This record gives sequence, C-alpha cells and structure tokens, in this order.
Amino acid sequence: MTINTEMKVRVAKIRQVADKVKRFRFERVDGKPMPVFSGGAHVIVSMRDGKALRRNPYSLMSSPEDTAGYEISVLRVETSRGGSAFLHETLKEGDELTLSQPVNLFPFDHRGKKHIMMAGGIGITPFIAMMDQMEREGRAFELHYAVRTRSHGAYWKDLQQRYGAHRVKVYCDEEKLFIPVQKVLENQPLGTHLYVCGPAGMINGVLGKARELGWPKQNLHSEEFLAPPPGKAFQVKLAKSNRTIDVAPHQSILEALEANGVEAPYLCRGGACGQCETGVVSCDGELEHNDHFLEPDDKASGKKIMICVSRITGSAVTLDL
Amino acid sequence: MLVAGIKSRPVYSGLNIDIHAKRHLFALEGEGALALIDQVKAAGADFLKNADILYVASGSRAEDHDRKLAALGADTFWLAPTIPVLLNRFHVMLGQAHMGTRIYLAGTEGFIGQAQQVAMNHGVDPASLHTEHRGSAARRVQCVHCKGITDSVTTSPYTCTHCGLSLLVRDHYSRRLGAFQGVCIDAEEPGTAPKPEELFP
Ligand SMILES: Cc1cc2nc3c(=O)[nH]c(=O)nc-3n(C[C@H](O)[C@H](O)[C@H](O)COP(=O)(O)OP(=O)(O)OC[C@H]3O[C@@H](n4cnc5c(N)ncnc54)[C@H](O)[C@@H]3O)c2cc1C
Ligand code: FES
Repeated sequence: MTINTEMKVRVAKIRQVADKVKRFRFERVDGKPMPVFSGGAHVIVSMRDGKALRRNPYSLMSSPEDTAGYEISVLRVETSRGGSAFLHETLKEGDELTLSQPVNLFPFDHRGKKHIMMAGGIGITPFIAMMDQMEREGRAFELHYAVRTRSHGAYWKDLQQRYGAHRVKVYCDEEKLFIPVQKVLENQPLGTHLYVCGPAGMINGVLGKARELGWPKQNLHSEEFLAPPPGKAFQVKLAKSNRTIDVAPHQSILEALEANGVEAPYLCRGGACGQCETGVVSCDGELEHNDHFLEPDDKASGKKIMICVSRITGSAVTLDL
Repeated sequence: MLVAGIKSRPVYSGLNIDIHAKRHLFALEGEGALALIDQVKAAGADFLKNADILYVASGSRAEDHDRKLAALGADTFWLAPTIPVLLNRFHVMLGQAHMGTRIYLAGTEGFIGQAQQVAMNHGVDPASLHTEHRGSAARRVQCVHCKGITDSVTTSPYTCTHCGLSLLVRDHYSRRLGAFQGVCIDAEEPGTAPKPEELFP
C-alpha cells in the first residue's frame, strides 16, 4: 500500500440492527485514538478468513467526532462468497482485524447552501456520518431514504427521532412508496447539492432526472458500493517482473495479485478512486471495464485498466507491473 | 512584462446555452451583449422566454447594445447604470433563484470576476457558471502590498492607484477577489521599473 498505514483493531461490539444488517464497532488494539474522519469516508477492512485474506471497503457510520472507535454497518449479501458472510457469521466480539486509514471519496461540498441526500438500502451508511457532521456544523440538509420493507431498513427510526420526520423521509417499496425525485428536486434553492448512494440503477435514475431539471454536474455526487463482478478465469502476465498469475472466476485481478504476494496500490477497491490504475501492454481479448473512474476514451484506448473491479474476456492480459 | 503560464488564470469557455435549464440568468457587461446575441443566432430564441437579462453598457454605451438586447424579447430585461448597481440586483435575484437556473456571465474579465464572486457567495460552484470574455482585455488587479484594487489595467507594469508602487501584473488570479495580482517590480531599486507595455488592450 502506498498511503495507507493500517491499524490493528478489536471488535468491541456487534449488534443486529435490521434484517440482514449488522453493526460492528472497532477499537484500536494499542488503545490509541482513531484518526478523525469526515462524513462519507470509508475504510478497507482486512479479514483473515481461514486461509483467505479478504479486503472490503465499508463506509464509516459512527460519529466523525468519536475517536474512541469506528463503526460500520454491513448488509449480508445473499451471493457472498466471503466478506459479508464472514463478518456476519464468523466474526465475534473480541476478534482482531485490520483497518486502513479512512479515505473519503464521497465528501459533502462545504460551500453548499443546502444538502439533499438520497439513500437506497444499505447506501444509508455514509449519510449517517455526514448528517452527524452537518448537524453539528449547523448545515441545512434533508434525507430521502428508500427501503424494501420497514424491517429491512436500518436506522430509519433512529434518524427520524434524531433529526425529525420533516428532515428524514422514508419510502418503503412494500408500501408502494418511492422517492418522488422530481418533486424533491424542483424548487430547491440555488447552491443546493445532491448526494446519492444506492444501487447503480437508482444512482443513474436520480442523477439523470437532476440533469433533466437543469442541475449542473458540479452539484451532483454519488457513490456506488461496487463489488468486483465475477467472470471467466484468465491469466495476468506481469511485464516487469516476468511472472504469470491466474485470476479465478470469483477473484479480481487485484485480489489474485495479492494472493500471490504482489502488492498493488488501492484506496477504494470499488472502481472509484483511480489509485489502482494499471497500464495494459497487451490483451488477447477485450477489456471489461467495470469502474467509474476512467474516461470513455481511456476505456476505449485499451491501454489502461482498473484492476480492483475490471476483467478481460480473453485468456491473458499483460500488465505494466 | 507578464509572468505567464500560471494555472489560476481563468478559462472562459463561452456562454453555451444549457437546454435543460429551467431558467437562464444573464449578467452582461459592455461587449458581453454580443455573446448572448451570438447565442440566439446559433441556438434559436426559444430559451429567451425563460430568461432574465441584466445589462450594464460600461464602455460600450455608444454601441446601443442595450436596444438590441431589449429587442430580443426575453422574459425580463433590465438595464443597470453601473456595475455595482447591476451586481446588487444580481445578488437579489440569486437569493430568490432555484436549482435549475443556469447563470451566464459575459464581458470584461474584471466584470466576470466580480459577478462570479457574487454567485459564489450564493453557494454556486464557479465551474457551473457559463462565462465568455468579450471586450477589452483590461484587468482588475490587486496590489499585493497595499491591497488596493485598480480596475481596467491595460499595461504591465502599472502604477498602483492607491500606493503608487510600480506593479508587475501576474497571471495569478484570485477567485475570491475577482482580481489578478500586482507585485512590485522595482523593490530593490525604486525607479528602475521597465517601461509599461500595453498588454491588455
Ligand atoms: C466505497 C465503498 C463503501 C462501501 N460501504 C459499504 C457499507 O457501508 N456497508 C455494506 O454493507 N457494504 C458496503 N460496501 C460494499 C462492500 O464493500 C462489499 O462489496 C459488500 O459487503 C459485498 O461483499 P461480499 O459479501 O460480496 O464480499 P466478498 O464475497 O468478500 O466479496 C469480495 C470479493 O469477492 C468476489 N465475489 C463476491 N461474491 C462473488 C460472487 N458471487 N461471484 C464471484 N465473485 C464474488 C468479488 O471480487 C468481491 O469483491 C461498500 C463498497 C464501496 C466500494
Ligand atoms: S482501488 Fe480505487 S479504483 Fe481501484
């Protein structure tokens, strides 16, 4: 890792907060305070699961002021091969694991006059920390939170109690209630910023609507909890170190490199930060770009790949590593 | 004499009407009127029914641009006597504006810089403003020594109208002030400054 100095932490508390959602509190093993973070930041959680080392990004959702510990909330993903299943079913209070320093790829714009947040499902987590910070700083905000059922939705009751139902609006699929995006976005004062965190379809839908309503892109912000999609197995050849490494169907290139002792830089492991950008020397198939970082012409050039989430369709790719 | 190649030098990419905007607010100065007139020629006049135009003629009074603008048939047109009066009205309008309003600024750099500052105080990201430089290249410059601002500087070096120092005009631009930086050029040996060159006609 380039910038991250990792922190050893102990699981101080685990709590079930909704259907399939657990909340974890981590405190440092050396008893030192946690670094202060800003709302929207995430950490990479490194988990030793038997032989496998799993590293997943999770948004911090405790108060940014709380330096005694960090908290995350994790959805148990149905198709999980590892990470969220491990956190839900194996990890116990008292266990130790490693956290990266916090990184914020989803900060709120301090110049904004008002902040509107839209969350879908587990996408609520970064907003919990953001609202804590905004409330302390006296900023105008409102949250629109879409949940599948009231029992699936984590924290909506707490949030309504704390900030008031006028600032925290909950929409439940089961009750056929959806975020009235157009109505919310019409007639917002100049200088309002919009933040969306949820599934890709929701993000695209909301941001598309905002653009149609004439919102400039500078006022639109989003974060997708992107996990590297599986695909076919292939080989990665490292041009500089002259090695060949197999990437399994359920592995990302980054994970395959790490499993073979090759450390490559990363910050988000979700295709957003740009840190893992790697040069492509050659590829016998097509690059499958799954990231949100590279510009369309960079993607089309076939010369760059974000190894945390992207794959190839062929059988081998040679990287400038 | 000019120190060039500094990144903070502002870029003006043209008024380019955003067809998605629900309202269009134009703050125009002098030759900036022509930037809007050119847009109407290129993009048609449709957007004007949702447009508000604020205009100050400044040095272009003789050109009668205000009559051409008034004839465009925008929703509202308002002619201001001076830049400060225009900016005050602009400020009031921004206070009542909603998201979906696109803001367009055209005229001299000094005017754009000041209008941009007003917009930023309303939480508007300067990158979301549509700007076009028209008319004189004269600069609004702040003396880094006495902090006095001199408008319409066309030469470098120039003599600070506040403290009298001979100042080199840098490309360094402060968004907060809407002004370039002027730095004393003959501090070592007063009176040895090079002859002013007409760099910003
Ligand atoms: C910036 C950011 C913030 C995030 N914040 C949160 C948060 O606050 N809460 C939260 O719950 N989630 C969050 N996530 C998502 C989280 O990192 C994991 O992606 C999510 O927990 C799913 O992990 P998993 O159970 O699939 O983990 P794993 O199974 O360990 O997945 C790890 C990797 O395994 C592979 N993999 C997993 N499943 C499959 C499969 N079925 N087939 C093939 N390969 C597979 C993929 O390479 C995957 O990344 C965030 C993601 C990002 C990018
Ligand atoms: S690690 Fe952030 S884009 Fe790959």
